[in-house]
Amino acid sequence: MAALYFDHAATTPCDPRVQAVLLRALAEENGNPHSTTHASGIRAARMVEQARAQVAALLGADEREIVFTSGATESNNLAIKGAARHLAVHGSPRRRVITVATEHKCVLQSVADLAGEGFEPVILPVNPLGQVEPDVLARALAQAPTAVVSIAAANNETGVLQDLATLGALVAQAGALLHTDLAQAAGKTALDLHTLPVALASISSHKLYGPKGAGALFVRRRPRVRLTPLFSGGGQERGLRSGTLPGFLLAGFGEACQIARTDMAHDGAHLAEVQAVFLARLGPQLPGCVVNAQEAARLPGIFSLRLPPDLRAAEVLAVMPGLEVSLGSACSSAELAPSYVLEAMGLSFEEAGRSLRLSPGRFTSTAEAERAADSLAQAALQVRATPPRRPMPAA
Amino acid sequence: MNDKTDDRVRDFSKPVYLDANATEPLRPLARVAMLEAADLTGNPSSVHHAGRQARAMLEEARNTVARRLGVAPLNCVFTSGGTEANVLAMHGLGQGRRFLVGRTEHDAVRKGVPDGADRAWLEVDSHGQVCLDLLDAALSAPGAPAFVCLMLANNETGVLHPIAEVARLCRQHGAHLHVDAVQAAGRMAVNVEELGADSLACSGHKMGGPKGAGALLLRGPAPRALAPVFEGGGQEQGRRGGTQPLPAIAGLAAALCDALDNPQDLLPLRNRLEQAAQAVGAVVCGAGVPRLCNTVSLALPGRRAQGQLMRLDLDGFCVSAGSACSSGKVAFSHVLDAMGLGELAGQAIRVSLPWNVREADVERFVQSYARMAAGAGLALAQ
Repeated sequence: MAALYFDHAATTPCDPRVQAVLLRALAEENGNPHSTTHASGIRAARMVEQARAQVAALLGADEREIVFTSGATESNNLAIKGAARHLAVHGSPRRRVITVATEHKCVLQSVADLAGEGFEPVILPVNPLGQVEPDVLARALAQAPTAVVSIAAANNETGVLQDLATLGALVAQAGALLHTDLAQAAGKTALDLHTLPVALASISSHKLYGPKGAGALFVRRRPRVRLTPLFSGGGQERGLRSGTLPGFLLAGFGEACQIARTDMAHDGAHLAEVQAVFLARLGPQLPGCVVNAQEAARLPGIFSLRLPPDLRAAEVLAVMPGLEVSLGSACSSAELAPSYVLEAMGLSFEEAGRSLRLSPGRFTSTAEAERAADSLAQAALQVRATPPRRPMPAA
Repeated sequence: MNDKTDDRVRDFSKPVYLDANATEPLRPLARVAMLEAADLTGNPSSVHHAGRQARAMLEEARNTVARRLGVAPLNCVFTSGGTEANVLAMHGLGQGRRFLVGRTEHDAVRKGVPDGADRAWLEVDSHGQVCLDLLDAALSAPGAPAFVCLMLANNETGVLHPIAEVARLCRQHGAHLHVDAVQAAGRMAVNVEELGADSLACSGHKMGGPKGAGALLLRGPAPRALAPVFEGGGQEQGRRGGTQPLPAIAGLAAALCDALDNPQDLLPLRNRLEQAAQAVGAVVCGAGVPRLCNTVSLALPGRRAQGQLMRLDLDGFCVSAGSACSSGKVAFSHVLDAMGLGELAGQAIRVSLPWNVREADVERFVQSYARMAAGAGLALAQ
């Protein structure tokens, strides 16, 4: 039996429609999109510009506001470091950089890196539902002149959505720039960056059924947001991101964005149903499971499931080979430590250690959701039936 | 040089692609490897089965690239491409060092020197090779230990620097030698250990792999730490953050193997092209020193490069005036300028033969070039 893939928050398979575009682009596009003096290069450049329009359309942005990168990690780094450094270089006294305890590692790391350059990182707590409280942000903004605030639209472990309209208004009022990591939210929930008070936004291709190796940063034009590039070189992407653009990957990324835009409502309804079917099937077999932050507004495709008190997630995972889920984000999954995201929401170490992240996808059927629930319940029962191992004698 | 292809089915409406140094056509074996990798769903950092499968393929590609280029697998860091690989070396390993950068380096290196770092240029001779006595003098100058950036093969002229000699001097002076091998890797034997480079950058799409992946290779048996340009979830041993683009990386590894296992002898074709161009008045820039077998820089005295490009484009040939990054902007070559070629720096085009070039393509080019040199009216490709 094929494995049930419930880890779309780590990475999504390429949509077959995207794959078709990728293959066609690979066959047709031979040029370097920056070789604009000959036909082959111009064709590649046209492909890149079409993708740029498709990405912009998904986000409600202008094409000229889209800078292509290698992925969301690079976009997040470019946004946070680039904006803070640009302000500092131009004599701005704004030294505070604010983010949230539940952000993805690469955002927390970017902010931490800035501490070594004379910036003052501030990590905001979240409430038990994983949300940033507006007055907590307002206080942090009032304490010191702030350069950048980075808040993800949707959390990668719990799917919890932040109220960007409210939070963004506070950031704008304080004269700071709001960056938002849309790696999980883009294509899953409607976003209109021209109405949201967002200055910078990161998006990843492989989290929305596009190929790995492509991403983008939205950089607002009005009012214009200025960045210092992470690195220089050939000066591509208006000097913000040097390096040859991978035309075929971007063509796939663009197509994935277009599909996400047209299928968003359908995908959302489908994922909500998959989650409901899963939980309804699991409930009677394994009473006592809880969805973390259930009452919060969340993405339909990601939920964090807390097992009953006698079960540890890692042990259940170990005997559940047919169902692919994770304990937290993929990047940190090698550690197998309980999730810092859940602990930030006030869950105890033990409660976090009972939690699994499940993220079905566009192509997950309700039948698969039932099989996944059965598989999880079976694994849980198996763990319960296994007598606890005697601790190893000390060496 | 794929003359087995049936000439009768060739589509002459398609331009002849002679701009390999901007990007090589995708090799079929690279395409196969990419598609295989694309069929794996997982994120190489996930611990479940799909993730482990992806991880196994990633590590296989890493082992291959590392072995083929002469480093330990742990010292092969995958990046998004050549620019990032070069920049990662300069940012990550150059801290506290003074930079000595070749005049003819690619923009990724010339402009990639970290802000605020001490930087001096290394001049080249009229052939485009670094002047070793000037390098020696620069290395002997007092100050912090040096970080030397010299490319293996130049992207515009194909001229090779005497890297073994350079490495010897760098070792003597405790300098770090970083080699941009973006154009060389896959087109000639490149071995980090044998070259004596401390770090070396390469790019997938310049060896017939897909765009979107490159690698930084570091010398030495023990994993070499470096300060990342951007971090994320600790991928690449904390040296480069972000989910690895597995299909692009698998394609890079396959392209490198194909390039090394099935080398094309492009030298006779390049020589044919060169001699024909010289016969109609062209100057070959960097002639007389070792060069890449696929690259030739042809200057036509008194004729602006931009006009030549437009003319050749209309005739159905994709060539360029310099590096692709800047090709949309200017047609004045900093490389040829550094070689002291004066006005010729604005009058040269670069012809770079791709791995799958055919003799007939070169013959057509030679004819078209001769017509252009003679100043004849437009002649469209048949």
